Parts: sequence; C-alpha cells; structure tokens
Amino acid sequence: MTGTNLWDQQASNRRRSALLVAGFVLFFAWVGFGGDLAFWLATKDLPPQEYHHTIPWLGLLITGLAGGMVWFAWAKGADRVLWAAGAREVIEPRGLEEKTLVNVVEEMAISARLPKPRIWIVPDPDPNAFATGIDAAHAHIAVTEGLLHALDRDELQGVVAHEFGHIRNLDVRLMTLLAAIVGAVALISDGLGRFLRGGGRISGGSSKGSGKGGNPLALVVLVLWVITLILAPFITRLLAMAVSRKREYLADATSAELTRNPAALATALEKLDAHSAPTRAIAKGAAHLCIVDPLERRINEKEGIIGDIFASHPPISQRVTRLQGMAYMYAKKAGQQVGGPVGPGEA
Amino acid sequence: MTVLFLIVVVVLGLWIIGAYNRLIALKNQVVNGWKQIDVQLKRRHDLIPNLVNTVKGSMNFEKETLEAVISARNKAVNASGVKETAAAEGQLTQALGRFFALSEAYPELKSNQNVLQLQEELTGTENKIGFSRQAYNDIATTYNTVQMQFPTNLVAGLAKAVPADLWEIEDAAERNVPQVDLGFGGKPTA
Repeated sequence: MTGTNLWDQQASNRRRSALLVAGFVLFFAWVGFGGDLAFWLATKDLPPQEYHHTIPWLGLLITGLAGGMVWFAWAKGADRVLWAAGAREVIEPRGLEEKTLVNVVEEMAISARLPKPRIWIVPDPDPNAFATGIDAAHAHIAVTEGLLHALDRDELQGVVAHEFGHIRNLDVRLMTLLAAIVGAVALISDGLGRFLRGGGRISGGSSKGSGKGGNPLALVVLVLWVITLILAPFITRLLAMAVSRKREYLADATSAELTRNPAALATALEKLDAHSAPTRAIAKGAAHLCIVDPLERRINEKEGIIGDIFASHPPISQRVTRLQGMAYMYAKKAGQQVGGPVGPGEA
Repeated sequence: MTVLFLIVVVVLGLWIIGAYNRLIALKNQVVNGWKQIDVQLKRRHDLIPNLVNTVKGSMNFEKETLEAVISARNKAVNASGVKETAAAEGQLTQALGRFFALSEAYPELKSNQNVLQLQEELTGTENKIGFSRQAYNDIATTYNTVQMQFPTNLVAGLAKAVPADLWEIEDAAERNVPQVDLGFGGKPTA
C-alpha cells in the first residue's frame, strides 16, 4: 500500500501490457510468415511453370492485421467491453440509486486522488462490477443494476473503491487489452483452423497431381504452425486467469485503504457470493475484469477441460477473511475496544 | 580560478531556482487542496436551507434542533481561515448529527423522496469533505516539512513560504471518515 509498492504495480502492469502486445503481434507474425514458409518450402521444388510462393503476402497481411487489432484494442477496447456488456452511461443521474452511485464514485476519486472515471450501469439483475480503460484519465467503472439494489451505501463504496484499485494499479490497461486480445485470438484461431482444413485437402490433391512426396521440412513447419494455432486460445485464456487472481486481493486492499472500512467490502462480497446466478450481460472474454466471477464457476459446455481451471478469481471466503482481518487491524489502530475479529454483523 | 567560481555560482543559482520553484509548486497545491474542500463546504451550506425548508412542516416540535443547525451553518459560512473553518464545520457536523438522530422519530420523513435525496447529497458532500481534508492535510504537511528542512529553509523567505495550517479533527469519533447516518436504513431509534 506504500508508494513504491503502487509504483511497482504500475511498472509491472506497463511491462506486462507491452509483453502481451508484443506476444500478440509475434504470434500473428508467426501464423502469417510461418504459413508463408510452409507454402514456400512446399512449392520451391515444383517445376518452373507451377506457382511459386515467393512473396510472403500472408505474413505481411496478418501482421498488419494484428497491428491494427492492437491499435483497436488500445483505442476502443474499453468501449467494446462496455458495449458487449450492454452498459449505458450515467450522465445525469436518475433517481436516488444512481445519485448515490455518482456520489460514491466522486468520493473515491477524491480519496484515490484520481480523475473521476465515467460511470456505467449494466442492466443485469445479478450484482457485479468492473473497471476498464487504458489509464486513470480514460477509465470507466461499470456496475450492474443488481449491485445497486443489493448493496447499501458503505458496501457500494467498498466495491467502487475496489475498482479504483484496479484503475490506480493500471490493472485496467492489462485487463482491457487482454479482453480484446483473448477475443481476437479465439476468433482468428477458429477461422484459420477452418481455412487450414480446407487448405490441407487442396495441397494433398496438388502433391498427388505433381507426383512428388512433398518437402519434409514443409511438413515440420506445418505441424508446428498447426500446434500454435490450436494452443493459442488456451494460452491466452490461462494468461487471463493468471493475471486476475492476485490482483483481486490487491484491489481489495486498496479498497480498504481508500474507504478505511474493509468490513463493508467484506459484507458486500458475501452478498455478491450469495447471488449465485451468473451475470449474463458480461461476455466470457471480460470475466477477468469483474469483482466476482460473472460465470459463477459453472462448467462451460464449450471448454469442458478448461472449465475446471477457469478460476479467474480467488475464493470469496478467502477474500472476506482477509478483509475482516484488515477491519480488525483498523479497529485496533483506532484504539477501540475489540473483543475479537470484526464480523460482518458489526459492520 | 574564475572558472571554478563561475561554476559554483551557476550551480548555486540553479539550486536556488529549483528549491524556489518546488516551494511555489507545493504552495499552489496547498491552495488548490483548500479550494477542493471549499467547494464541498459551499455545497453543504447550500443544501442545509433546502433540508430545513423541506422538513420544517413535519418537524414542528424540533424547532430548537433546526435552529441549532441553521445557526451552526451561518457560523460556518462566515468562518475564515483553516482553524476557524475546521471548528465551525465540526460544530455543524454535530448539529446535523443531532438533527438526523431526531428525524428518525418521523416516519413521514423516511419515505419523503426529497428528504432522501437531500440526505444522500449531504452524505456524499460530507464524505467528499472528509477525503478532501486528507488530501489537503497530506500536501500541507509536505509543504511544511519542505520549507523547514535545511537547506530549503534558506529559500523559504524568498518564496514567502509560511507553514500552512492543518485541518485538525478534535472529535475522536470524527477521526475516521465522517459518516452521516440518518438511520433511515432501519437501525434502532436512538
């Protein structure tokens, strides 16, 4: 919670964001130029009148596409995440609940000494919240309607402060880029896989026609290429969950620091946990952005194997215990008489 | 020799400029920090007459409490300087606390949307004052420390730096973030 710790966090998030972007572009370069290489190796021994793949147009095209996608993720990633969740922006608060939300966000902006982020409401009855954006000056906080109904003012403050933790640490940058990139990789891998199956039949036919066994090196490159394509979505998924888990504890700690009321966030998390219905409005690719897992740990029908380890969030009971410990320390520091750890009932 | 002398003079001059600018920058941050509080205080002062007018009809029997809120509010409006303001605002907070405790006895107030809106506004404003106060005290402490430290204190006179007053909180209960709890959330009546 000290300055250096925060600075380290920000530096680490900047570094990881840059690595993610570099890895993403390199992956696409490999997909493109690797394909070119395989194609070139396969066609270079053919007679002169046949097609020779000498210009790596596939690599140039796909790498350019990846660059474009990175730019898109950077400039529009937050908008896409909010759009996918069906969020609407709160500009003029309507009603008491929205007014409270705006006030709480303004309070936490003062406490965190950050500019006020834009505020969004997701029309979903399940309580959840997330933050997105590239930096503190271009940040968004979104909460579901269910969250506004379920929590009291102090609890809402705890949740909003948690999101400010993600904004201040620059977690939002990494997580927003990741959300955009996880989606893109899954899409591209799927599409290229289909293209490849079609392409395999064509090349098989042509090699039979030319009467040659094909270049073994081309086969090796092709196999490597296919393996990367298959593994890419899993790697990005694993990356997404690995970056999320530790961050939740850190953002909880920041929330306690900003509100000085960790017990309220503890009860808020318990309430969020009690609502076991999944947050339908939040897309799978953005799950790691949320304060509690919107998928509620249900095993997804498409990723049967990965479903079990798709734990993007630490167990809520663990988080609540840590927050209650903090509440106890705060109470002790304030010189109050405390008989035992502060329970949720005393919040 | 003259070259060495020149180097010393230049280095010294650069240091003085740096220290002077740092003090001025901090001073402006302190002034700005105070302005952030001031904005919220004004907002609070503006909300109170609204609140009093809204509840006047329903709380005929609590005239004294209402008057105490109004007089505390007027004192706070006229307060100047950090220390005086801090004391006047502290009293206003207490008067409001008593008022809200009493208002719990009036069920018609608990369901009045106007009152609820005003309550939310006052809670928000009070919290913002609390958090702005932290920011102000932090920057004022930094400013005070820098201008007293050697050798920056040699330039302090040049930058017309005087220690800024901190917003002290006398009330122990208020030491934590102030919470305006109107008890409309269903807590037992005092």
